[in-house]
Amino acid sequence: MLGNVTLLDFLSIGREVPGHKPWPRFQLDLPGWRSFEDRLAAADWVLLAEWAEPNEVHAAFRDEQTGDIAVVSHPCLNHRFVALGKRRPGAIRMERAIHDLYGLAPQGIADQRPWLDHGRWKVKHPLGSPRAYDGGPQPYKFRAAEGDGLHQIPVGPVHAGIIEPGHFRFHAQGETVVRLEERLGYVHKGIEGLVQGKPIADAARIVSRTSGDSTVAYALAFAQAVEAAARIEAPPRAQYLRVLMAELERIANHLFDIGAICNDAAFALMLSHLGVQRERVLQANAACFGHRLLMDRVVPGGVAADLTDEGRAALREMLHRVSKGFRRALHLYEETPSLLDRTTGTGVVSGSLVHRFGAGGYVGRASSRGHDARKVPGYAPYADLDFEIPVRAEGDVHSRILIRAEEIHQSLSLIDQILARMPAGPLTVPLPTRAGEGLGIVEGFRGEVVVWVRVSEAGKVVRLHPHDPSWFQWPLLEAAIEGNIVADFPLINKSFNCSYSGHDL
Amino acid sequence: MIPPISRLLARHLLKGPHTVPGPAPSADGLAELVDEFATQARGRLGRSLAIREVDAGSCNGCELELHAANNPVYDLERFGIKFVASPRHADVLLVTGPVSHNMAEALKRTWEATPAPKWVVAMGDCAFDGGCFAGSYAVAGGVSAVLPVDLHIKGCPPSPKDILSGLLALLEHVR
Repeated sequence: MLGNVTLLDFLSIGREVPGHKPWPRFQLDLPGWRSFEDRLAAADWVLLAEWAEPNEVHAAFRDEQTGDIAVVSHPCLNHRFVALGKRRPGAIRMERAIHDLYGLAPQGIADQRPWLDHGRWKVKHPLGSPRAYDGGPQPYKFRAAEGDGLHQIPVGPVHAGIIEPGHFRFHAQGETVVRLEERLGYVHKGIEGLVQGKPIADAARIVSRTSGDSTVAYALAFAQAVEAAARIEAPPRAQYLRVLMAELERIANHLFDIGAICNDAAFALMLSHLGVQRERVLQANAACFGHRLLMDRVVPGGVAADLTDEGRAALREMLHRVSKGFRRALHLYEETPSLLDRTTGTGVVSGSLVHRFGAGGYVGRASSRGHDARKVPGYAPYADLDFEIPVRAEGDVHSRILIRAEEIHQSLSLIDQILARMPAGPLTVPLPTRAGEGLGIVEGFRGEVVVWVRVSEAGKVVRLHPHDPSWFQWPLLEAAIEGNIVADFPLINKSFNCSYSGHDL
Repeated sequence: MIPPISRLLARHLLKGPHTVPGPAPSADGLAELVDEFATQARGRLGRSLAIREVDAGSCNGCELELHAANNPVYDLERFGIKFVASPRHADVLLVTGPVSHNMAEALKRTWEATPAPKWVVAMGDCAFDGGCFAGSYAVAGGVSAVLPVDLHIKGCPPSPKDILSGLLALLEHVR
């Protein structure tokens, strides 16, 4: 019977862990976890994130039918667990990372190579039962491609532009890419280890630097998680200011990335024109909130900066100029056939892959997966604001550009509404020192950012996991490049713009 | 129909560039440089400095501001400062991030591939001493733990103006 058992119905076989907010957490024993893994073959439950602690694995899921969210936990016996990667391929790299960091071995997935651990930390399983390691780096076995006239192109970790480090191994036949395999983990900083035992404020500073381009999204997801654990809510004005900053972040990133994609097709004018528009947003950020990238402005309990009347006027002026400037740039893009020729039909990701990996953001929305955390599960005050989620089906570079362009329009309109409706009132509520666990889910510009936290009686962070949307997008980049020419890789890669830092933790 | 690219170009010809005047070289940066560069050959590079950027574990915030320093508003290239694709073409390595252990060897190899005379600029609070990532099992804790550093540009991340004045200070003295 694989009928309509909902996620929450199914999980009632487990033990509900008290104090996990705002969504429940269930602990499953070995038979329970096994049958859960089995059920994933048929159930429409989307994996949101998977993480671990020394003797337990956790996975957050959303039931696509009901919208319910729950965390499923499984205490691991003998440092092993039945992997979810067989049913949810997006989990495979996360489970390899869990093995590297915590020493819990995923059973049932073929790929057992280390992922974040390059053999350079002087320690194995640093967050589980650490043991000293002095064996040095071990060679990484890339998957092979065989055939006549194939050659390999190794790229990175140091790339040619001002971008983050990672290694790409191409197998190509002439100009055509037969296989791309990524190797990541170069910027692993040990964020989960660093935040352990830290006061909330110190942890917030670190978490909001998980991926600098999504600092508002991470700070907001962390604040949501901490506030849920402490059973408080940020005041209404703070909620409005938070999403104001989140939308400014979205616009700034989309503007620059559209320019950068065109630049990778050697159309530099778009980059300079949109670089100026982005600069206008950042200067308004600095004028209104005191930081160009809005770092440390969203804090647990509320926000650290208010919007003055002058700030409001500056924002309105900026909005006017940016929307005019952006309209011109988009017109230029749409009327330049040589540029469209590079982006149209390039780097196609199929809708079925996007759904199988649960990829969100513009990568998902350009390939017919219209999920957006601002709508489901939704968080204040988006329910009071009017906006639409653009969805397309082509899945190529061009449609990812158009999705982002439409999102800029929607965000500009959202900011208009936010400025018009922002309530007066306090900016923060005091954070009570109380033990608890919380989950925060925020739609960053790239997709769904998930932060899970456990707070101690003393108000310190016991465990924390920040999840980047890139985990589910990086594997799709390998599929998108297949059959394209090597020269189109920068273009396709930029149209994904996955985060290295957010993924490598 | 007039193609949109012509309109855009015409508008900029008539209205002039977005570029703002550059800041004076920073006193802090200068002080740090005087010792390092006084003995180095001047005039060897002219007003031309080629920089290879290496992300050694940054959160990517510094990279965003480096891109901003290259936008038409700040226009780094007008000072003869240019970002290059290979360390073989570089005079300066500009390093961001706390230097993750996983990047340390790549960073060292990039440095070895850079021809002498060469300088190392550490950009951002993480690159200075590890910043908020200091003390982790996975990071070396600042660029100076791995390479000799000639100039620090502090900030989290440094603004394009900070970057500009730090690099200008470098340029003044390399010349």
